[in-house]
Formats: sequence, C-alpha cells, structure tokens
Amino acid sequence: MGNLLYDVVIIGGGPAGMAAALAARKQGASCLILERDVRLGGILNQCIHQGFGLHYFGEEMTGPEYADRFRKLVEASDIEVMLESMVLSLTDDKVLTVLSPKLGLCHIKAKAVVLAMGCRERTAGAIALPGSRPAGIYTAGMAQKICNIDGYLVGKEVVILGSGDIGLIMARRMTTEGAKVKLVLELMPFSSGLKRNIVQCLDDYNIPIKFSHTITRVVGSPRMTGLYYAPVGKDRKPILEEEQYVSADTLLLSVGLIPENDLLGGTKVELSRITSGAVVDENRMTNVDGIFSCGNVLHVHDLVDNVSHEAEIAGESAAKYALDKFENQGETVTVTAKDGVRYSLPQRIHKGEGKVQIFFRTGDVYKNCRLIVESGDDLLLSKKCQILAPGEMGSVIIDKAKITGDIVVRLEV
Amino acid sequence: MNTICIMCPMGCALNIEEHDGKVVVSGNTCKRGELYGVQEFTHPKRAITTLVKTADGSVVSVKTSALVPKERIFEVVGKIHELDVRPDAKIGDVLAKDLLGLGVDVIVTGTAKSGVPR
Amino acid sequence: MEKVFDVIIIGGGIVGTATLDRLAKYDLDCLLLEKSDDVAAFSTRANSGIVHAGYDCEPGTLKAEFNVLGNALLWKDAQELGVKHLKCGSIVVAKEGQEDAIAKLVEKAKANGVEVEVWSRQQTLAFEPNIADDITMSLYAKSAGVVSPYQLAIAYADRAILNGAKIELEAEVTAVSKQGEIFEVKTSKGEYRAKVVVNCAGENGAPVNDMAGAEHYETTYRRGDYFILDNTERKNINTVIFPLPTKAGKGILVAPTADGNVIYGPTAVDTVADDTASSLASLDEIRRNVPLSYKNPTFNKCIRIYSGLRTIIGHDFVIGESKVVKNFVMAIGICSPGLTSAPAIAERLAELVTAKFACKKKNDIVENLPENKGLLELDEAELNSLVQKDEAWGRIVCRCEKVTEAEVVRAIHSPLPATTVDAVKRRTRAGMGRCQGGFCGPRVMEIISRELNIPLDKVRKGNGEDSNIAVCKVGEVE
Repeated sequence: MGNLLYDVVIIGGGPAGMAAALAARKQGASCLILERDVRLGGILNQCIHQGFGLHYFGEEMTGPEYADRFRKLVEASDIEVMLESMVLSLTDDKVLTVLSPKLGLCHIKAKAVVLAMGCRERTAGAIALPGSRPAGIYTAGMAQKICNIDGYLVGKEVVILGSGDIGLIMARRMTTEGAKVKLVLELMPFSSGLKRNIVQCLDDYNIPIKFSHTITRVVGSPRMTGLYYAPVGKDRKPILEEEQYVSADTLLLSVGLIPENDLLGGTKVELSRITSGAVVDENRMTNVDGIFSCGNVLHVHDLVDNVSHEAEIAGESAAKYALDKFENQGETVTVTAKDGVRYSLPQRIHKGEGKVQIFFRTGDVYKNCRLIVESGDDLLLSKKCQILAPGEMGSVIIDKAKITGDIVVRLEV
Repeated sequence: MNTICIMCPMGCALNIEEHDGKVVVSGNTCKRGELYGVQEFTHPKRAITTLVKTADGSVVSVKTSALVPKERIFEVVGKIHELDVRPDAKIGDVLAKDLLGLGVDVIVTGTAKSGVPR
Repeated sequence: MEKVFDVIIIGGGIVGTATLDRLAKYDLDCLLLEKSDDVAAFSTRANSGIVHAGYDCEPGTLKAEFNVLGNALLWKDAQELGVKHLKCGSIVVAKEGQEDAIAKLVEKAKANGVEVEVWSRQQTLAFEPNIADDITMSLYAKSAGVVSPYQLAIAYADRAILNGAKIELEAEVTAVSKQGEIFEVKTSKGEYRAKVVVNCAGENGAPVNDMAGAEHYETTYRRGDYFILDNTERKNINTVIFPLPTKAGKGILVAPTADGNVIYGPTAVDTVADDTASSLASLDEIRRNVPLSYKNPTFNKCIRIYSGLRTIIGHDFVIGESKVVKNFVMAIGICSPGLTSAPAIAERLAELVTAKFACKKKNDIVENLPENKGLLELDEAELNSLVQKDEAWGRIVCRCEKVTEAEVVRAIHSPLPATTVDAVKRRTRAGMGRCQGGFCGPRVMEIISRELNIPLDKVRKGNGEDSNIAVCKVGEVE
C-alpha cells in the first residue's frame, strides 16, 4: 500500500461499500475500501437464496452472485481494498485508525468518508427474552452463517421468533437441509417480511405462523428443550393464561435489524432516533461535511438493489466533495414523516434543480390510503396507495424546483 | 386450493378452483393475481438453492438453473446433496446437467470458505 | 488411585478458587474439583459484582467479619492479578421519612468498623446526578466498588495452577467417604483421594456435607434477575446505587460494572436449586423499582439479562471444620456478601488446612499472572510489535468489544484452558457486547475448533455435552 491519503475511504465492502466505491472511482477519486471480512460481499455471501438483482440487473440471482458481480468490477478497477481490516475510530477530520493483520495499526486520512458498515441483528438480550439461556438460541443471521458458510446446522427442531425476512428465509433453509421448523411466532399482527417469503418459505412447507404471539419463557439447560408462548393483548403484553408449550432444541430470532453506527461515537454525526442511522441530505451526506452514509448503516433496506442505488449516490457525492466538484450549495429544507409514516429519507433536501427520490416506511399496514407530500403550504404530491406495509419500503419522486418550504410526508387513511 | 398472492404486498387471499376444465381464480384484485393463481394451481414451481460439500469439509452454494416442480423440492435437494464439488469451484460452474431428467442444471453460486485466498 | 492429595477442594466458585490460590503457595499437593466446563460457572458468574463495604451486615456475624476483611484483601488481589475493578464507592439512597433506617445503617457501620458518611441530597447529586427526584439523603461508603467476579475467580485459578495446584473440570462429585484417615472422593471423571477435603460447593454445599456425613443443613435458594445495559450507558452513572436494604436482601441496585456496562437488579425470588431462568414477573419488578432510586433508566439499551442464585443456610455463613468428620472443612451458605468475603474466607480456610500439615510456603511463588493485556489496553507501539510477531493480533474477532484472534487463542491456551465459547467469552469478552456473539460467535467456534483440533459441531457453548452450537453437518440430520 502506497500512501495513506485517499480521496474517498469507504468503510465496509458489502453491497453498499462496493457500489459506493465504484461510483466514486468513476468520478476520478482515489478510493480505498476497508473490509473486516476475508472477502468482499458482506452479508450477501451468506444469503445463498434467490431474490437479488431483479431491479438493479434485471435478472434474479442469489446473494453471492450479486456480490460477485460487484466484486469483479472492483477487482477490475484500481480501487484499493484492505481485507480483514477493522476501523477502530473515525474523527470529524476524517482520520481513520485501522487495525489489520498485514499492517498492524495504521492511520488513514480521507478527504471524504462513506459509511457502509451495514447493520446487526437484535438479540435475545435486547428483547429481554425470559427463561433460561441455554445453547440453541441464535439470531437467524448467525444460524445462516453457520449453515451457508460453515456448512453446519444449529438445530433439528426449530422455532422462529419474529417474521423478518432472514427468519423466514432460514425457516426454508433449515427445512430443506433436514431440520423440522415447527412454528413461527410474530409479536405484531402482521409480518415484517416480504409476502413472497411468507408464501415460499412458510406456506410451501406447511410451517405455521402465529401473529400477535410471543415467547413467555425458554426452558432447558444446558440445551434448550422447548419454550412457552402466548398470544399478546393490545398492549403487546402476553396473556399468560393462554400460555402453550412447544418442544424445540433451537430458537432463531428475527426480531429486527439495527444500523451499526457505533464507530460514530468519536464524531459529531447526528443520528436519527427512528432509523438509528445518520441524518442525511439527498447526497447522503451527514451533518459532518465529507462524511456520507448509505445502505443498511443508514437505514435498513428490504432490497439490496435499493442499497446499490443509494450507495451510488453517496459514492458519487463523496468523490465530488473530495475533488472539490461538489455543488451542495443553497438552502436546505427538512423532510419530516408524520401520521403513519414512520420515517422518510433523506431528512434534508437542498432547494434547486432536478428531481429527488424520497424513501419512506410506514409504521403499520395501511390499505387504500393516500400518501401526501407537502412543502411549505404547497401540496407536492398526493398518491392513492392500495397498500403500504412496514416490511416494504416505498418511495416517491419530487421536483426540487417545487420546494417552497419544509417537507412533510404523511398518510391520509 | 387457497393461497396468498405474492405479486405485491397486498397479499390477496386467492381461492383457485377448476370448473369444467377451466381454472377460476377468485379473491384477487388485479390481473397479475389471476395469472399467479393459475400458475400456482396448474404447475407451481420453485427455485432451489442449497449446499454441496467439498472433500475438505467446506460447502459451496448452488442453485438450479431453472424452476423445478414444487412437489419435487426435497427429491431435488437430496440429489444435489449427493454431488461432489472441488473447493476451488467457480461461480457459474455446472456441477450436474439435467438433474433427475427435469431439464435443470446445478450451478455453483458461491465460493467455498476454504477456497477464499488469504 | 495410588496418589493421595493433601487437599481436595470441591467447587470452583470464587471461594474454592481463592482458597486454592492461597493453599497453592504452600508445599501441599492440592486439587480442585469442578463439575462444570469452567470455574466461576454458577453464582460466581451471575451476581452483582459488587465489592461491599460491609455496613449492613449484622454486627458480630461471620458475614460482617469476612466482608470487612475481604474488602481490603479483594482490592489488593484484583490489583495484583490484573483483574478489572473500580473502587467507585456506593450510596444507599433514602427518601423523606427514612432517616431512621439510614441512622441504623450508620450504627451498624460503626460496629463493623466501616467508614461511611451521611450525605444530603445536594451532596449526593454532586456525586451522582441521576438519583431520583424524591431522594433526600444517602449513605456513602467509599470502600465499596465493583469487580469482575468471574475474572477474579479465573485469575485465582490460573495463579494456583502456575503455583502447582491442579484443577479437574467436568468432575462432578458423587460421593465422599473416608477410609481410615483418607478421604475418597468419587466424581463423574474418576476417583480421587486426599487427606483433607474442603467443601466450597456453593449451591451444593449442603448436599456435599451430607455425602461426607458431616453436619446437615437446610438450604433455601433465592434467585436474582438482572438487566445488563450497553456500555454507551456507562457515562450516566458513577457509583453503586442501592435502595434501603430489606429482609430479602440489599434490594434492586443500579451499578456500573468493572467492564464498563451498567446493571439493574437483582430481584429476590424464592426458588429451588438450579433455577436460573428469568421470569417475566421478576423482570417487570426491576422495571418498576429502578426508577425509585435512579432517574431515567434506559431499559431499551439492555443487551442481555441474566440470573444468579443465592444459596442460603440460616442467617450466616457456615465456615470451619466439621465437628463430626475430622479434616472435613467447609465454607458453605456463602451468599451475599460472598464475593467480597471470599479472599478472607480463603485465608481462614488456608490457615485451618495448613495447620494440619507440617508445611511451609514455597520459595518461588508466582504472584503476578503473565501479561494479559487486551487490544484496548495496548498502546500503538506495543500493538504493532505484537502484530509483527503474530498476525492474529491484527485480526479483530469481536467487533463490539474489540477482541483480537490472538486474545482468543491465548484464552484457549491459558493455565486453565478455555475450551468452550462461554469460557472464552468470560476471559476475553468476545461475545459480551451489543451483538451478543451474533458476529463473533461463529469465529470463536472456528478458532476453538482449530486450536483444540475438534470438529465444529463438537464446539460447545458451555457446560454439558449437548451444549454444542452446531449440531451436525448440513444434509446429515438423522
């Protein structure tokens, strides 16, 4: 490795990091990707199921194949990649302290930084899962890694808590590899996963899903032998009188993903309480000049294709910033989500020319509703929606020229 | 039969029946739902992804090159598990052709852990 | 079966390991038998980790005596052994109308020889800004603080081994008998003989007494549940905050941990042996009680819950030699303040035992453990020279707690080897962070598998054959 000064340093070599680096390189910026794993690709490497790329590449492929497309492009470029490299700290001045087996501890200066570290799974501890704490309780993603990368199953009789996509995908993976998935429990009255996954991962294999149910206690030690579960009331608290038992040696959790922004502790980057990701403008720049964010570290996506698109915006903007070609001038307005819309992104938009896409997620399932986007006193958009669900991110495109004031994204039910 | 339409997040509950040789879908709210219902009723097919073991104890992810009949999923997976793969197999390599006479091939989609250069 | 040990200690909790550590300094042949995969596997790993000052023990009891003696010894041992600790003091908070209760604690403190101060609300706020709004006063004890209880026990065990003692893990005692002057101790792993047996069996203290035909004691068990919060919450607390003690115990506290987290708990639920399953009701009790002493608790930052068991025999510790079975020594019913008392109990037991032999201290006693710094404690130059010698120092395994592969390997090959994921976790903190091993778990398994040369599906979480994490290769489910 030559110098330790780069135009753009991208933290994370998953789908977001690779797409951001490629977009930045295209602008002429010198780029370095810092990846903690032994290869590029991130979590896609363990997502061996189909369902990626339909929007971005126009063809359906598996996770490793999607990652490989980008990996080949990165390898063919002169983007530098440091594998097994962990960023230990980042400052507002964009100095990164990195540890790697090849170089030890080193300090890297970047003109712009793209955050692309992805997200982590909520754990049994985070939801204060009651009962014993035996072997047999894992996040779905950990079970997926042990299965698809290491080639081992974590159990034979499985219950899944939460109906996030990874949980549903793992229900099918465990089943096709010979385990018995007995039950899926979901606290909410609806699934947080894609419909396609409910049908093709559960219904196809006659795996029952119980909505508005949760676990009241895990039993067994040192290995889990089963668990008690119960329906929940309107307050989402379990109705203990209706507790039931199911035997199982394994519990997989698919109870939410959290952008992994721990690195930002040493910076002034503002985080959203709702997304747990940075607050960004339409260029995906945070409140700290030259620090950009994209992919699941910004907000949790349901389609990798959207991650790639978003990362390209961040990468291109980061390169322009680093090369002093950045036109990020002018007044900004805020974008706020209200009335059923849980969050919208970006949270800030510059007034000016061109179009901007606003992404949003609702907090509940809404049928036959109307999505309203207002700016100042003006109505920018009013769109009838047959259905909006928390599991599927929506988006609208607005004309920047029409922005007259702060923007509100809301629902009329 | 009853199933849920997966063409959009609506998730319409479909009822599909055959009347006088004609497949009739109800419960759908759009044309795409009807087409999906007919397909699911007449010959439901699924993509299959699974793992093949290497001699050195690693695994390599694979997929079928096309959809296979839903009722034969376990048979197909079982057959794929019997295959061997080299740890240096490349994405896109064909491990088996015309599996079980279904007209589908088995394609490598990933790299074995032991095949990742360090 | 030929070999006769001088001493066998039954139980590898904090009392057993501390006692082994003290005895190992003498020219005695010592063996510790532990039923689990690791020492510190039960109550020692699941308690508040508080080093109590000793103001609330009933004066004249063994608890009062050993707490006060143990406090000073524990701080010294932790320092010597490089075990994380924090002498952050403690406060007991009280409201209007509770002045008498505080005054009673002051009297007990005086009787026990513990230095305390009574603070006004203002004084308390200056020290701990997050006390609840209706707290009017507090009792401050400066000698209190926190320690990592399992790391202390592990350090005792490691030092004892370096000084020549032996530890047999996964050796559950099933019978204790005496043939003439020699004890025969049957375990799940084999039979061992010794001249003296020391019962430090924690939860099983009374049953082991029964096996040996020593004094019979009735035991009750009280479970305590806890929340552990993310280390992001550490900045919101400075000291250990107790409510006023009750008959059931010291109450639900809020405290920093020596490793930089925060805990809320414990409850006090009457239960049976072996029950460490947290209940919804008990967790709710913590949610209700914490705000009574501590403002704005952040339960949403919980990263794990855990439970520990207090083993209670009457109102006090039982420490001393059996009057029925000669050379059978016991330290049982060691509930709170057991952790703090442990070093003092160990010294008392060592005195009792060594008096039975014509023994003397060894010449070359190991006082300090080998260099045990983790990544976060190394400066840049130290780290870089380590990476140059061994790339594993540059490879982060646990991203939350910043643990390198080298530290995991070191734990696996430490004097008392860590052979399970939990044992590695207790030594290195890999898996103790906010992702709870979601990312590093498989990596740690891989390293254990490689270092111990066992297949991945033989790598266990903790104790017990069936605590393996991966159960079989894909496609090989019977």
